[in-house]
Amino acid sequence: MANTSTIAAARTVAVAAKPKRAPLVTLATLNTIAKNLIPPVVVLIAFLVIWELLCSRPGAGLPPPSRVVTEAWDIIAHPFYDNGGTDKGLFWHISASIQRVALGFALATVVGILTGTLIGQSEWAMRGLDPIFQVLRTIPPLAWLPLSLAAFRDGQPSAIFVIFITSIWPIIINTAVGIRNIPQDYRNVSAVLRLNPLEFFSKIMLPSAAPYIFTGLRIGVGLSWLAIVAAEMLIGGVGIGFFIWDAWNSSHISEIIVALVYVGIIGFILDRFVAFVGTLVTRGTATA
Amino acid sequence: MTYLSIENVGISFTRSGRTNEVLRDVSVKIDKGEFVSLIGHSGCGKSTVLNIVAGLLKASTGGVLLEDKEVNSPGPDRAVVFQNHSLLPWLTVRENVALAVDKVFKGKKSRAERSAWIDHNLSLVNMTHAADRRPSEISGGMKQRVGIARALAMEPKVLLLDEPFGALDALTRAHLQDSLMDIHARLKNAVIMITHDVDEAVLLSDRIVMMTNGPSATVGEILRVDLERPRRRLDLVEDATYTHARAEVLEFLYARHAKPAIAA
Repeated sequence: MANTSTIAAARTVAVAAKPKRAPLVTLATLNTIAKNLIPPVVVLIAFLVIWELLCSRPGAGLPPPSRVVTEAWDIIAHPFYDNGGTDKGLFWHISASIQRVALGFALATVVGILTGTLIGQSEWAMRGLDPIFQVLRTIPPLAWLPLSLAAFRDGQPSAIFVIFITSIWPIIINTAVGIRNIPQDYRNVSAVLRLNPLEFFSKIMLPSAAPYIFTGLRIGVGLSWLAIVAAEMLIGGVGIGFFIWDAWNSSHISEIIVALVYVGIIGFILDRFVAFVGTLVTRGTATA
Repeated sequence: MTYLSIENVGISFTRSGRTNEVLRDVSVKIDKGEFVSLIGHSGCGKSTVLNIVAGLLKASTGGVLLEDKEVNSPGPDRAVVFQNHSLLPWLTVRENVALAVDKVFKGKKSRAERSAWIDHNLSLVNMTHAADRRPSEISGGMKQRVGIARALAMEPKVLLLDEPFGALDALTRAHLQDSLMDIHARLKNAVIMITHDVDEAVLLSDRIVMMTNGPSATVGEILRVDLERPRRRLDLVEDATYTHARAEVLEFLYARHAKPAIAA
């Protein structure tokens, strides 16, 4: 008798506890989501409202967000259209820009890591190259454009070169620091094993310097994206930079604003992408 | 025949015009299968001796002969177990050992043989269960085991241990000392171990090389430990030979060559 009553009591407790516990968990998750989501949404709405208010006055220089959406609805709704020439949807402009960045950045990655390794490994190379690099890296990306146009006589390779030369410096410098910071222990291990220089490079240097290299790559990809828009404004052709310049020349201010939103989001994605690859590659390395 | 001979080794470092002699006339002869400890106060150049034998440092005078051939560059015939394990953190336990095995036995063993050899060495140090973990995921004692496995897997003529258990707690240390004795009994490598733990030196060694204090440190005295193997630490606690050897080393370190108070 006593037994059954305890079981019954236990059952009621369980029944009572069950529906209580389930929503508690979802509430907590909702809570964390809300915590992360509400502030940016609120700020964004506030920003749009202020913008709307400021730019709705007659004689305002820039269109309010409501007008941006109505005026530029064509390019927002149809990013994939292609009427030939430079009359294409935003998707095509952006993918052209990304292709240039990918090519220039890939070149910069390879050359930057190799040069950085050389500087990190050899005191002589460091002394010789470092002062030159310190001067070269302060040159603004666009200042290279006339020179590369003169050398390549074509817009496409010139733009890629500008990306290359913009993003290579942080890659070189960070790689060199990473290589210089390889613990002596790892060098000893490779000495005892008699690893040849190629094995040492691939099995010790690269993984050990990877966290530094990825810091450089992340800065580099950000700089490339900054440079590509400016470079494309000057060289023309298909590309988001040209699109913005073309919109300005046709006084389509709303289209410029839409394009800027795209540029910002793509830049953010590029940065996160490199960071993501970095965490994949350097897993384990950071925690020795 | 002497297997490994350290002959009149001296080394000086020159920094900003001032030459500092660290070692002078260090001579030790080691037989095949012998376990020798180097003991001395910190800063006396024990590690420097080991690094010279390993080939990681070049002696200014004298040299090292292994089977009557001079050695002056690092190589897998003198594998080192470093004090801080120096496992590569981006590789798993197995990959760390594999790096050594694949490099040393490339062309001498087939892929399958190499793989079996890796497994064998991991099981030798009881690390098979954690083969796929990364160094950051295992304890300090386990890391040191893997370091030992990596060194043993190179089939070294001489195994060099640089304070291998210095960073471990006392219980783990005792456990690893037992494993090391066991492995040494089976493989019969010549071993040079650096330590500043008197009990460890007496328990493990055939001979204990006691070093004087630097600068210009050298071999002060060599003590033979005539204890039968296998040795069991519990049996030795009250063993006369053991206590006597222990007393001798302590006397050398703290009475005759006490560390000057200034250099703490």
